Amino acid sequence: MTTATRTAPGADSPGRPRTAAAAPPRRRFRTRALIPWGFVGPFLALFTLCFFLPILYALYQSFIQIRRYGLFGEEGRETVFTGFDNYARALGQEAFVDSVGRVLLFGVVQVPVMLGLALVLALLLESASATWPGFFRALYFMPYGVPGVVASLLWGFLYVPGLSPILDVAGLVGLEPDLLGPNSVLWSIANIITWLFIGYNMLILIAQLKTIPSELYESARIDGAGPLQTAWHIQLPLIRPALVLTTVFSIIGTLQLFAEPQILAAFTVNIDSAYTPNMAAYRSAFTDNDYNVAAAQSVLVALTAFVLSFGFLWLVNRKDRQR
Amino acid sequence: MTTTDVKKGDAAPARRRPGGATGASTRSRILVTAILAVAAVYFLVPVYWVFVAATKTTSDLFDSFGFGLGEEFVLFTNISEVLTYNGGIFWRWTLNSLLYSVLGALLATLLAAAAGYALAKYDFRGRELVFGLVLGGVLVPAAATALPLYLLFSQIGLANTYWAVLLPSLISPFGLYLCRIYADASVPDSVIESARLEGAGEGRVFFTLGLRMMAPALVTVFLFQMVGIWNNYFLPLVMLADEGLYPITLGLVTWQSYQGRDIEMYMRVVTGSMLSVIPLIIAIVVLQRYWRGGMTAGAVKG
Repeated sequence: MTTATRTAPGADSPGRPRTAAAAPPRRRFRTRALIPWGFVGPFLALFTLCFFLPILYALYQSFIQIRRYGLFGEEGRETVFTGFDNYARALGQEAFVDSVGRVLLFGVVQVPVMLGLALVLALLLESASATWPGFFRALYFMPYGVPGVVASLLWGFLYVPGLSPILDVAGLVGLEPDLLGPNSVLWSIANIITWLFIGYNMLILIAQLKTIPSELYESARIDGAGPLQTAWHIQLPLIRPALVLTTVFSIIGTLQLFAEPQILAAFTVNIDSAYTPNMAAYRSAFTDNDYNVAAAQSVLVALTAFVLSFGFLWLVNRKDRQR
Repeated sequence: MTTTDVKKGDAAPARRRPGGATGASTRSRILVTAILAVAAVYFLVPVYWVFVAATKTTSDLFDSFGFGLGEEFVLFTNISEVLTYNGGIFWRWTLNSLLYSVLGALLATLLAAAAGYALAKYDFRGRELVFGLVLGGVLVPAAATALPLYLLFSQIGLANTYWAVLLPSLISPFGLYLCRIYADASVPDSVIESARLEGAGEGRVFFTLGLRMMAPALVTVFLFQMVGIWNNYFLPLVMLADEGLYPITLGLVTWQSYQGRDIEMYMRVVTGSMLSVIPLIIAIVVLQRYWRGGMTAGAVKG
């Protein structure tokens, strides 16, 4: 993303608009300066409406409360600024704090497992030993096209005793796993997420694997490196950017968990209505009708995503510098 | 097909990427293929199950072995039951999903293309600020904006309308990112300049040259956005109250919530799920080439 090499279209001198404005065709430049905004404008307008304003609005809502007077608010109501009171109330909900801890635990286990499997499949598909790599690649990517809702319904049926053929098969060998138990259900959700997104992450990793020049493989081969050594010393370091990218996306995705646990909740009593932070925020907004606490919870989720994503990036960069 | 593949691999080890030192030994080939096949089974299990289950009667669903056929084969009865139930509302949901995802993805791609093209090809004040802001938007969990967006939309009367789902679907920060990188790499300044010299306006340059040269990236942006919208659940759940506006995902969940009261609902949920995965599975497998193409561009430059 270099900016220095780009020249301003139409203007004789490259560089900042201010220098260009001093150039002779002044009026022409004025209208020219508006042209890029004509292209960016529609996107930007919608981005402002659907991203920027909601975030500002959530921030605003998270700092106010609406006081109603009278039994049904018929004696008037007022909006008061309450500082961090909504945040205190959000964090005061034990269920919300638990839900944050739950998704963090989920992420610590599920993200490495999913990305590890995606990496293994990507390396295998790109190795010389793979048969029909195109076929398998398409097949592994296929779940990405299945809506999370539908995937949860399907896996839900596969988890329920009495319906699940998987449990039937397990029963034949004497196993009676409880896939929807109070402790195991989190990992049953993890399985759904893993199933949905391995192929997607694998595809990103494969895309970067394909950019490794073949001379590198050639020289590794001449040095006598086997497939494992090649993977460890050449492929892994070179696809680090893709690994970092997929990790950040996965962290953000984990904090947003909503559809899968909500659908599975219909199959088990072990998922409550505030199982994940997003479910808690949804409950605050639509069951408790407390938009202000819901806004505070949404802001907290977004902040956690930011802190974790940037924390991870910082960690990665620091390691790079130490090298 | 296998034999020719093996032979080619032996003759020219560089044809396919690295791994084995010289081609690949038969043993490692068998081992790797076995692992790949096991993984394939894992990915196929739920899909296979739903296709089998959709052929069963309600009692077979509960009584027969899940991976085998039931006593009766009633797939077509089930399908027509899904399509006619409640005045054929499943059709309506399908059309809604198509409207949201296809129209939404088309417009989103156009918007991202125009903005990405401008960010790549014009030098203007605020350019990096715009890019940075939008990329920051990628990091904000979409679900975190859905709630406040609902509050905002309900104040301007947009909640519970087609617009409520369509408008937010038109923004693809990832698309903008990919389009900018792609336009940077594949739309040469010289081509734009010579088109200008021939008297083409800026808009025409973009629509006739820019869009065409960015086509591979645009296909990728379109596909990702379409799947994203098709699979979306939280946004329509928050925004929509009227069943007639629901996409398939939300509709199926509504049916699922009736399961406790009406056992016949199970078959509708199962068959509806099966019908809803067919179009996107076809899209993914058939259009596989394009998913790769654009993502490589992103990975190379990113």
